Amino acid sequence: MSIDKQIVEHVAHLARIELGELELSRLSKQLEHILGFIDKLSSLDIEKTHPTSHILPINNVLREDTPKVSIPVEKALLNAPSKKNNFFVVPKIIE
Amino acid sequence: MELNNLTAHELIQKINNKETTPQDIVASLHKRIKEKDAQVKAYVRSDELIDPTHIAGIPVSIKDNICTDGYNTECCSKVLEGFKPPYNATVIEKIKAAGHSFLGLKLNMDEFAFGSSTENSHFGPTHNPWNLNCVPGGSSGGSAASVAADEAIWALGSDTGGSIRQPASFCGIVGLKPTYGRVSRFGLIAFASSLDQIGPLTKDVRDAALLTNIISGHDANDSTSINCAIPDFTKSLINDVHSLKIGIPKEYFVEGLDPEVKKVAEESIEKLKNLGAQFKEVSLPHTEYAVPVYYIIATAEASSNLARFDGVQYGFRADSSNLIEMYKKTRAQGFGEEVKRRILLGTFALSHGYYDAYYLKALKVRTLIKQDFDNVFKDFDCIITPTSPTAAFEIGEKTDDPLKMYLSDIYTISANLAGIPAISLPCGFTKKGLPVGLQVLGKHLDEEMLFRVAYTYEQNTEWHKMKPKL
Repeated sequence: MSIDKQIVEHVAHLARIELGELELSRLSKQLEHILGFIDKLSSLDIEKTHPTSHILPINNVLREDTPKVSIPVEKALLNAPSKKNNFFVVPKIIE
Repeated sequence: MELNNLTAHELIQKINNKETTPQDIVASLHKRIKEKDAQVKAYVRSDELIDPTHIAGIPVSIKDNICTDGYNTECCSKVLEGFKPPYNATVIEKIKAAGHSFLGLKLNMDEFAFGSSTENSHFGPTHNPWNLNCVPGGSSGGSAASVAADEAIWALGSDTGGSIRQPASFCGIVGLKPTYGRVSRFGLIAFASSLDQIGPLTKDVRDAALLTNIISGHDANDSTSINCAIPDFTKSLINDVHSLKIGIPKEYFVEGLDPEVKKVAEESIEKLKNLGAQFKEVSLPHTEYAVPVYYIIATAEASSNLARFDGVQYGFRADSSNLIEMYKKTRAQGFGEEVKRRILLGTFALSHGYYDAYYLKALKVRTLIKQDFDNVFKDFDCIITPTSPTAAFEIGEKTDDPLKMYLSDIYTISANLAGIPAISLPCGFTKKGLPVGLQVLGKHLDEEMLFRVAYTYEQNTEWHKMKPKL
């Protein structure tokens, strides 16, 4: 698998990480190296193997829908970089 | 003997006999940290050691990714700068309910637990108490170093691919990764949710059993925690391995294993043989695929879990008048290089066009790795391997080559992929005086077997009593 800067730029956009030019070329090389190692998985015949996304035989764990006390708004907002009237404040998204 | 040098079970005895108090223990830790942590750097920031009104029992030192109400919890990342969780992790509540307390001062780690050496911390590296030029292992390097340096009585870490066992091995102490689901992950800042597990790092096997007793159990706040009875693990501390069947996987004793580590591990196996255990070579044929599978699954899950660090709700925010740009700059400036590398790798493996070739394939090979263990455990009580292919390496030795660093987890990763428990215990030293760890892997939910084998080995050796000269 060859990884060019374009692929890394696209992936960085998906992951919402800004990359400088130097970082981009260094990471492209490193990712290509790592993916080259990972490509050894291609040698296995796994056509009929079932994927394991989770090791426990537990599925759809549900709870009763009963109201409980939750963290008060002031405490939930304690760590907010910017807040106003019980809300998180972010840069304007509508012109 | 200073109080901070003792184990938790020795201190509990002393408290019961009215020979000491929890206040004295905290004072003795405080003194030791003040004297030695400038060299070891196991702890980060300079928060209050412990709220004086909350001192109780034997204080537990906590890794920086486990939420402690009102005390900074930053995963040693700039992106979580100043974060004070509004609640306690379930393990912290359990420690309090058991009559113990925790230190407000948190332990160093690789940023978001991404690493094997604690060099990826935003606060700089922790140093190995046995040789300050060496790494303590990682990612729970602060946890392991603090216990080894007697700057902690006992500690909690987290293990996603070896992050408790490998540092325990490098620092000459005991570290357990419990069965996936044994301990609640509620309040553990997520790295890879299908692999993460909290566990103890301690000075001996009895303390590991005691702390596992305290933190285990079902939790409605963690839908992946297992609802089953918890045995009293101290009852497994039996000095007897007679006629136990133990497998030695041939794939672990190959090229890449340091000859000195190999020799020490073989001597330990010989010791257990003399104590009556039966050993036989076994095969875990998909071992060589564990590292590539792990670095797809763990990074894919991490890329999703770390999406929440966007500068909106907590931690660091980079200034920008545009929302998307604010996300991108916050993450660019807030994350370290290894975190970016893993998020990009994981995002790539999950992205359109590559999902089947990477992520789905890795999930399928994970099945094969799990089946390898199922097959061996049909005929064997446990498996023994070295914990890591080498003893502690030097600071800076592997930082330029991420792949080389990833390979230092080669013996520990499979247990996380298969969800089984595994323990590392001290089993000797290299010629240069660095500790070597022995790993015992057990069946799903069979920590009792691990404690029994580890306890027997420990009772018949002196390695766990050795202390670094600091």
